[in-house]
Amino acid sequence: MKKSFWLAGAMALALASPASAGDTIKIGFVSTFSGPTAVIGNDMRNSFELALDHLGRKMGGKPVEVIYEDDGQKPDVGKQKTEKLVQSDKVDFIAGYIWSNVLLASLKTAVDSQTFLISANAGPSQLAGDLCSPYVFSTSWQNDQTPAAMGLYMNQKGVKSVFLIGPNYAAGKDMLAGVKSTFKGEIKGEEYTVWPSQLDFSAELSKARASGAASIFVFYPGAAGVQFLNQYAQAGLKEQMPLYTAFTIDELSLPLQKDNAIGVPGAQEWVNDLPNEQNKKFVADYRKKYPNLRPTYYGAQAYDAAQLINSAVVAVKGDTSKKDAMKAAMEKADFKSLRGSFKYGNNHIPIQNFYLQDVVKDGDQLSLKTVATIVKDSQDSFHDKCPMK
Amino acid sequence: MLLVVEQFLNGLQFGLLLFLLAAGLTLVFGIMDFVNLAHGSLYMMGAYFAATFVAWTGNFILGVLLALGATLLLGIALEFVALRHLYGRDHLDHVLATFGLILFFNDAVRLIWGPAGLALPLPAWLTVPVPILPGIHYPAYRLAIIVVALVVALLLYIVVMRTRLGMLIRAGASNREMIGALGINIKLLYTLVFGLGAALAGLAGLMQAPILTVQIGMGENILILAFVIIVIGGIGSIRGAFLAAIFVGMIDTLGRAFLPDLLRQVLSSAAASTAAPALSSMLIYLVMAIVLVVRPEGLFPANRR
Repeated sequence: MKKSFWLAGAMALALASPASAGDTIKIGFVSTFSGPTAVIGNDMRNSFELALDHLGRKMGGKPVEVIYEDDGQKPDVGKQKTEKLVQSDKVDFIAGYIWSNVLLASLKTAVDSQTFLISANAGPSQLAGDLCSPYVFSTSWQNDQTPAAMGLYMNQKGVKSVFLIGPNYAAGKDMLAGVKSTFKGEIKGEEYTVWPSQLDFSAELSKARASGAASIFVFYPGAAGVQFLNQYAQAGLKEQMPLYTAFTIDELSLPLQKDNAIGVPGAQEWVNDLPNEQNKKFVADYRKKYPNLRPTYYGAQAYDAAQLINSAVVAVKGDTSKKDAMKAAMEKADFKSLRGSFKYGNNHIPIQNFYLQDVVKDGDQLSLKTVATIVKDSQDSFHDKCPMK
Repeated sequence: MLLVVEQFLNGLQFGLLLFLLAAGLTLVFGIMDFVNLAHGSLYMMGAYFAATFVAWTGNFILGVLLALGATLLLGIALEFVALRHLYGRDHLDHVLATFGLILFFNDAVRLIWGPAGLALPLPAWLTVPVPILPGIHYPAYRLAIIVVALVVALLLYIVVMRTRLGMLIRAGASNREMIGALGINIKLLYTLVFGLGAALAGLAGLMQAPILTVQIGMGENILILAFVIIVIGGIGSIRGAFLAAIFVGMIDTLGRAFLPDLLRQVLSSAAASTAAPALSSMLIYLVMAIVLVVRPEGLFPANRR
């Protein structure tokens, strides 16, 4: 009897909360919180929460409510969760999205309902080109940009030829295309692996060695990056074929990659030691709030997503029905991004710098460090295809 | 040509690893008539134990041996506490209960070791490539897997075919009631078989750990392959599991290695590189479907009934 009383109370509360929706800013956050890549989702959530702390957990004077949803790294689940957030939670903004294939599956739901979607990581080429939308913004990059920067660096190093390996999904194809767009040497071969189930790359490594290429480029985010580096080192390729990467070494994979990652360069738009004030504060506060953890670029982008949303809400003084005004505010990118200031292109993808990062010993731990700026104000190559002007 | 040899070795190594996993599964399924979906969790536990014990003792071999013992004990405890109450029930109950165990183990691991996963670094003498033929260097660790798995397969053959315990196991597989009526302690036998299966799964997991990472849910994808193998090989047949595992390992690896180039002969390069990984991962299941149509009892069924 008592139990059913409490249950009724809880149900009444649950029913009552949507009635107060107008007084809070509701943000849906779709990321991966289960399975082997859950650590990435956790880092994004940690950083998003930290951004809210820094904003006093209010935007435009209104309290913020965030609903986190787990996509399990599966496009169909991501789409369902996006539908739930848009249709039943009626969120004002939806942010997150690690995986390009999950974002592509979820995109239509958000755009059709005219809900602002802030991609804090995924940057499929379609999103920058013909699928671009006034309701979609990115606080990351278009997939091709980062590997294209790596291709430029390989030209600087005078690399003669390369063998490309990546996962067979939307982002993998963009990444390899990105290197090919700038690398001037010979492409000796390219291999796509089954994503995300294939974890053994012996067949691909053997082919890379047999191709006689001077180097290897890979894109393996999350745990796959650890596995690839393990197997690359065990195959004895480290001395024969230097490795160049995009999104393969980060603060989450580094504690597992250990010495295998030393001397393997990567390109990135954000590195933990970028010298601007907001970034110093972010990294310091993150490490204070989450002891034993270090923020990654995934987190930095999620932090920026919260700041971007805040800039829109502040511009309309909390009245989230003024969508045009919010869009205009976000297009200015008028917030202190952790990567330093950047501009938005016509397709709402950042025009930004890319840096060369290297692995260094930091006491008994390894950490990432900015070595050089590879390219300044890089814009993705798909913005011409976007009908927005 | 050298590439072909290397890819054959890759296929053999993967196949032998699958055999270790499938052997335990087929023993438990064939002899105890018990569907154990949690076999993949034991594989995961083997890897976690190894990563923990190796870090703890600082010695790779010692840590691995401790991990093997720990997985064996865990298997026996699991059988004793949970699974022996399910033997009389039908397969659906087995599936439900052991699926619950998967969830239990995943969350237990998350609680004990955290969500980030662990690394199991190899000692230096296993990280060098070894010249096996002129012009071919093969990773020492992958060679070690081939050797260990072959030795284990041989031991398993000797135990099952040449010892009294093996005789009891085979007798239990062909007629459970009769062996019980003859005064054999069938409960103890089942516990032992389950423990052996668990240790084999743990061995597969800990050997795979340095190549992959030690992470939550690592046993789930590979378990599907292990089931495919026992279906192809014939349920309950160790010999079938051995041959089918090598067969599946070869198809998987050689498919990945050579299918893209074959497809490029008939398709555009872009289409071929997209289609090939999808096709090569389908090949195994195609083979299973054909086997199920042509010989539903598997290619090398155990001699029983």
